[in-house]
Amino acid sequence: MSPPVPALSPEQKKELAAIAQRIVAPGKGILAADESTGSIAKRLSSVGAENTEENRRWYRQLLFTADKRVEPCIGGVILFHETMYQKADDGRPFPQVIKDKGALVGIKVDKGVVPLAGTNGETTTQGLDGLMERCAQYKKDGADFAKWRCVLKITAHTPTRLAVMENANVLARYASICQQNGIVPIVEPEILPDGDHDLKTCQYVTEKVLAAVYKALSDHHVYLEGTLLKPNMVTAGHACATKYSPEEIAMATVTALRRTVPPAVPGITFLLGGQSEEEPPSTSTPPTAVPNVPNVPELCLSCVTVPRLCHCPQAVPVSPGWCHSAVPRLVSQCCPQCPRRDHVPVGWPE
Amino acid sequence: MTGVVATVDKGVVPLAGTNGETTTQGLDGLMERCAQYKKDGAGFAKWRCVLKITAHMPTRLAVMENTNMLARYASICQQNGIVPIVEPEILPDGDHDLKTCQYVTEKVLAAVYKALSDHHVYLEGTLLKPNMVTAGHACATKYSPEEIAMATVTALRRTVPPAVPGITFLSGGQSEEEASINLNAISRCPQWITFLSGGQSVEEASINLNTINRCLLPRPWALTFSYGRALQASALKAWGGKKDNTKAAQEEYVKRALANSLACQGKYTPSGTAGAAASESLFVSNHAY
Repeated sequence: MSPPVPALSPEQKKELAAIAQRIVAPGKGILAADESTGSIAKRLSSVGAENTEENRRWYRQLLFTADKRVEPCIGGVILFHETMYQKADDGRPFPQVIKDKGALVGIKVDKGVVPLAGTNGETTTQGLDGLMERCAQYKKDGADFAKWRCVLKITAHTPTRLAVMENANVLARYASICQQNGIVPIVEPEILPDGDHDLKTCQYVTEKVLAAVYKALSDHHVYLEGTLLKPNMVTAGHACATKYSPEEIAMATVTALRRTVPPAVPGITFLLGGQSEEEPPSTSTPPTAVPNVPNVPELCLSCVTVPRLCHCPQAVPVSPGWCHSAVPRLVSQCCPQCPRRDHVPVGWPE
Repeated sequence: MTGVVATVDKGVVPLAGTNGETTTQGLDGLMERCAQYKKDGAGFAKWRCVLKITAHMPTRLAVMENTNMLARYASICQQNGIVPIVEPEILPDGDHDLKTCQYVTEKVLAAVYKALSDHHVYLEGTLLKPNMVTAGHACATKYSPEEIAMATVTALRRTVPPAVPGITFLSGGQSEEEASINLNAISRCPQWITFLSGGQSVEEASINLNTINRCLLPRPWALTFSYGRALQASALKAWGGKKDNTKAAQEEYVKRALANSLACQGKYTPSGTAGAAASESLFVSNHAY
């Protein structure tokens, strides 16, 4: 093995880790307001608004200037490129508006999915060209984190080995480039809920995909403490005949994450399956079967997995009471409410 | 109830085309052997793979081959109701520094868990037996137990999924006392660290310190010992082959067992009254069974 060549300096690592921690601080989640011009059109037209630049600006301003009750709830806001450079009525650029409310600014940096030839409709995601320069500029303009979405689909024969390998690799390249520019990458390997597969199948595929993602991140020397994961919850396909309870979904989801996500990852922010940026839910489909991860005593969420689970924008409350009865050993090692809190100033782990 | 562990590998063999790297054999008939061990009362099995650090090692081949073997072994064990202890030992031979060992350990463990995933191994029914992250024995720099602990815990946090219930460290040539002290430091490795403000603007420093003043380094798996030489060295010396020394030898063993039990809870204080061989280095170059 060649001698280690550090990808990041200790200062760069500190900065990235601090950003990631701020985004997923207790009680906080992310507002994803990064709909592209095409996707926002459907949203606006659904309420009878024309898709003009001014309407897009006005709608985002509405969200970003909501009163201070949102401040303890929102750790970060993800923007689309156009929105980064729009201004509020008072002349402040939107990144400034967001920061003034104590949240961090994120930017969607991928350039959409493209087909993988020789597969049955599988895709990879493009956007790596010039990403280094774009990230440097976004950082200057106020962004501290980024988002890149890869998409996988479950059928009898997909996702294929190629699709998993290619998408995991492109996520790792994106993550590596972001970190070089002081930007925390949110890693999003979305497995679509399309299809009639059952819960077990989704769990199996999610475990395989996430194992591949973390191997790719390791291969590309990505600093895990300065990343976030944005996965799908584990659910059955939309057309699956069996209906599963929130507890079953929670158990499948947490199990899959426990088997694949190393504790160094500071946070997991779930996406809502079926509400992808490119396909907002139509009124004729059943409501998205993805509930808030429930307050189930058997799953003390801040203890069972070390990455803190936030279903954006609401975090799941944790009661120390049932922590202690359910998982006593784990609790003493990681529950924030636990009494064992020696803290000693030491260097940041490298 | 104590579990009985069966060593099921058949030792290391060379990998041709490498500079002394090895893989571990023992898969032939492993299915039948495990079934028999299970009948005979074994609950766990152990399989040791060995990797070495130099400027050019471990090679991609060595990492890939050894992790694949560990995953095959683990898969077969589980088919027979036996919990596989997965042991990807990175030898302490050499003059590499702590950072290098940490880097290699992270790469190797990432490959181990990818292989276990590929082979459909049930992580909740495995244990990991890794080396602690230490500098090579010939390294000029000496590191404190706290530095060793931090490097070890960091490497594990970056690679071992929470589903793994326990990690039992091998002692890898450390003396009995060193092995206990380092385990103690690992157990005491701060759960919380405090950020220094280091050059941030007043604004930033307040925000950061206010919202995330403390950062978690939690460990979701149990961390304990799996020591051979580090539990037996003093006992062996005290026994010296003479039946009359049995009680004295047992005393030495019990002393180390108690010490390590305290160490894995972070409660061990070196007493200074070391056992017959407690401080002797147990380093054997290129250690093989």
